[in-house]
Amino acid sequence: MSSIGVKGVYVTPVQNGTALDHLNPGTSLKVLEVLKIKNARIGVAMNVESKKMGLKDIVFIEGVELSPEETEKIAFIGKGGTLNLIKNSVVVKKQELNYPQIASGIFKCLNPCCITNKELLETKFHIVSTSPLKAKCHYCEARMDENEITASIK
Amino acid sequence: MGDAFDKEFPLTDIVSISDFSRSSIEFVLQQADLMEKTPREKKLGLLKGKVVASLFFEPSTRTRLSFETAAHNLGASVVGFADAATSSTKKGETLSDTIRMVSGYADLIVLRHFIEGAAKRAAEISHCNVINAGDGSNQHPTQTLLDLYTIQKEFGKIDGLSICFLGDLKYGRTVHGLAYALAMFKKIKLYLVAPEVLKMPKAIVEEVGDRIEIVQGEKLEEFLPELDVLYSTRIQKERFLDLLEYERVKSVYVLDKKLLESTKESFRIMHPLPRIDEIHPELDATNAALYFKQAANGIPVREALLDILSRRGKA
Ligand SMILES: [Zn+2]
Repeated sequence: MSSIGVKGVYVTPVQNGTALDHLNPGTSLKVLEVLKIKNARIGVAMNVESKKMGLKDIVFIEGVELSPEETEKIAFIGKGGTLNLIKNSVVVKKQELNYPQIASGIFKCLNPCCITNKELLETKFHIVSTSPLKAKCHYCEARMDENEITASIK
Repeated sequence: MGDAFDKEFPLTDIVSISDFSRSSIEFVLQQADLMEKTPREKKLGLLKGKVVASLFFEPSTRTRLSFETAAHNLGASVVGFADAATSSTKKGETLSDTIRMVSGYADLIVLRHFIEGAAKRAAEISHCNVINAGDGSNQHPTQTLLDLYTIQKEFGKIDGLSICFLGDLKYGRTVHGLAYALAMFKKIKLYLVAPEVLKMPKAIVEEVGDRIEIVQGEKLEEFLPELDVLYSTRIQKERFLDLLEYERVKSVYVLDKKLLESTKESFRIMHPLPRIDEIHPELDATNAALYFKQAANGIPVREALLDILSRRGKA
């Protein structure tokens, strides 16, 4: 296994699949929840020591390569984290998790009167600020902050 | 239409004031002014043979009559309905399907809907231009444009004015849209006077406050001598749990002739109408009363928008 993980912590190594590293401590379960992955071997390490961030979470998913949509989605929980694509036990791609400029179909609009909550229509948000995170609904122009966004990820 | 037109006015639909730039706002105001100077017979030819669909899923007599009059003045025929009870929505048709159907035969859609974001969605699927005549508590861009036109016409400028919003600044979409629009102008001083429970939402104050000076308060008197425009709004009873509180708040913000003792000569009062008793009728005959002219300005502004979009087309 490559440089992902921490010494002395047992995690199932990934031969072919995905490792999400440098996730904020305590966010790994939420990441798995929104990815809705079934029938895959999954390893989770929570609150392990990290030189860079003090504590961090890591998620290993065997046999799964995340789509660009899934990668955008988990960026809203794991911003700043690292996505590692692993093939034959070697990291072949590293990518930092970042917010997209436009978030389509990732989270619901908090405004109950919004058309996206009334008709079958994919949500669309403009990310107007990344720090602090603020999004504006493309349709009803409702503003959402980070807590509201993470609570409404589909 | 040509590239020059695209540059002056890049929008194919009038959905939200936040889609506008200062120059596209100024283009509309200029065209509205031109409309007022265009002879009646000439105007009648501008939308001749065109069909304007006036789709009011929520009743709003004033806005509808203003739009339909504007369309008639330009020679268009108007089809549509005045509230959802008479439309196919009642039979369960989605907004998207109604728009697909209507955009097949209309040249322009004027849409009023209680769902927020309805106009944006309609503009996405419609083959013809869409004008938002109000979507829930979100946007009412033609009201904002007619407010700006009224100020421009009265003062000859918008830059540098001191403007006060009074009353319900929390739920009043009129003042929200106008606040965003004024933030595109220079050296505006915006006073926000409202009871604690009806203050302007923090998100708007922050966004607008980055660009223009905002002063918030509960008492109008202290700001009066500095004001050019006082924009009064209706305080709605439904917003209050405590009716005594409603009566107290309401009476604090009633405008009458006494007010004029401490204002500038050029001071003007605006109101989106209908008023309940925010403005005493004794003010109606004074120079300060701008609200009836403001309502009448809805016609040239809406004529201008119909004309611009019909010349521009959808592509
Ligand atoms: Zn929305």
